[in-house]
Amino acid sequence: MGRFVDLTLNGFTYGVIYAAVALGLVLIWRATRIVNFAQGALATLTTYIAVSLLDRSVNYWLAFAGALFAGLVIGALTERVFIRPLYGKPDLNPIVVSIGLLILVESIAGAIWGSGDRGFEPAFSQIGISVGKTHLEFSHFDVFVLASVLVLMVGILVLFRWTNLGLRMRASAFAPEVARLLGVRVGRILTTGWALATFAGALAGLLVAPKVLLSPNMMDPILVYGFAAAVLGGLDSPLGALVGGIVTGLGISYVGGYMGSSMETVGAAVLLIVVLSIRPEGIFSRPSARRV
Amino acid sequence: MTATTADGLPAAPAADTAPAAPATAAGLVVENVTVSFGGLSVLDNVSLTSSTGEIVGVIGPNGAGKTTLFNVICGFVRPQEGRVVWRGKQLRHHHPYDLASLGIERTLQGVGLFQGLDALDNVLVGAAPVARSGLFSALFGLWPSSREERRLRDQAMEALDRMGVAEYAARMPSTLPYPVQKRIALARALVSQPALVMMDEPASGLSASDISELAELLGALRSEMGVLIVEHNMDLVMATCDRIVVLDFGKVIATGVPDEIRADPVVTTAYLGEAVESEPADARD
Repeated sequence: MGRFVDLTLNGFTYGVIYAAVALGLVLIWRATRIVNFAQGALATLTTYIAVSLLDRSVNYWLAFAGALFAGLVIGALTERVFIRPLYGKPDLNPIVVSIGLLILVESIAGAIWGSGDRGFEPAFSQIGISVGKTHLEFSHFDVFVLASVLVLMVGILVLFRWTNLGLRMRASAFAPEVARLLGVRVGRILTTGWALATFAGALAGLLVAPKVLLSPNMMDPILVYGFAAAVLGGLDSPLGALVGGIVTGLGISYVGGYMGSSMETVGAAVLLIVVLSIRPEGIFSRPSARRV
Repeated sequence: MTATTADGLPAAPAADTAPAAPATAAGLVVENVTVSFGGLSVLDNVSLTSSTGEIVGVIGPNGAGKTTLFNVICGFVRPQEGRVVWRGKQLRHHHPYDLASLGIERTLQGVGLFQGLDALDNVLVGAAPVARSGLFSALFGLWPSSREERRLRDQAMEALDRMGVAEYAARMPSTLPYPVQKRIALARALVSQPALVMMDEPASGLSASDISELAELLGALRSEMGVLIVEHNMDLVMATCDRIVVLDFGKVIATGVPDEIRADPVVTTAYLGEAVESEPADARD
């Protein structure tokens, strides 16, 4: 029983990290119909930025905020420099470019910070909490992970639901030409979407780095699980990304815990295949609204 | 904002505002606009004006260049020659997203509603053409702007109400009948109280009774804004328009009040069909 509780809590913690990655994929997919394979690499880059700041003995939270801010800027720049020239081009082009970016960014990170593993200090203790006599593997840092992704998700939902910017983002996703005629500067909206997506990725990087070791390809497996989470959620819905992330996290945690960690990747793949064969449009997508 | 001439040199300030007197009288002046796509002339030396207080109809057979003319005004298509003047200022290098803040709204053929947004949200997108749209102002201005959001929301509800579709505010467009969707699209175009509204085939797909209500609405709009419509429905055009411009093969072949147009033999020949069969069909767009 204790093991089950630990695996469940572990699944939730990793799940929300996958959800943050998935959220980034969803934001970009909604805005530009592109699967951003560089999502993870960009998150690694922002995590290295945090490390560099910490190495210069910048305050921890300042470094944390700096990495998140770098995510916004890097996301916006990526859209303007690499992605904007690709609109209206064949679908394959952005795929090739984003995979190219993945390789490029990881190589640059390796060149600057070295390809070896290094630790990343957690914001809070990673020692498990004791509840009464039961000792859990769930730590204060894990609480922080859950809380910060929750704040991110609520923030994004509020942005989409209740702000003018969010309304414009949704309108641009559905019919960019019409939105333009109504005065929406769709180009800026797309840049904003990429900025927010990379911000979400940056958070995921900062949260996962203390749990795994920081290296240029730290985010590669996380991106795969994040992608599974996004597809489970329908690629279109931020809420779907959250649920997809948690389902993926729990699934991987149970598979890893009960069947051995070598089965984790297989578990994610099986989950993806099962969901795609039962409900190819994902759990949360409205199929009819999108077939235009 | 830096105005430049076609050859990239800074324009003299006066160049943007000439010709002063006629241009301010008419809100929109299209002057000698010529557009060709790959050698095929789509618009040939087309001129028209539109101002508050009148409804101008643009008619002509399919492929006559009506939609291209709208696209030139909107900035989707750049003319090779000629110019578009709005309120005394030449629109050059303007983008479609500039229109709303200039006070020009356009409705599209069909409906063009955002399918994933409910009716009220659809109208809200049109409600704030110049509202701040930056990320940081939205994030940091979230709470202070809630009053502004409420004001926009009220405006949007009013616009829906005026079109008689307020009861559908929370519905998704795909669940509503076509005429209701068209009214929502109109509400979206009118909510920002534009000075000019351009309608691309507002009557298409509507029943006779819907069309007569549309005619009434257009009449009511006349005093508030300029209305420019492209329309095939002759009953609507003849009943509502103050002036009609007839296009054929990209050329203006007639301009006048409805009675003049009805009596014009050139129009009858070109538009109402006698000679149409003898024209090479493939030349028409």
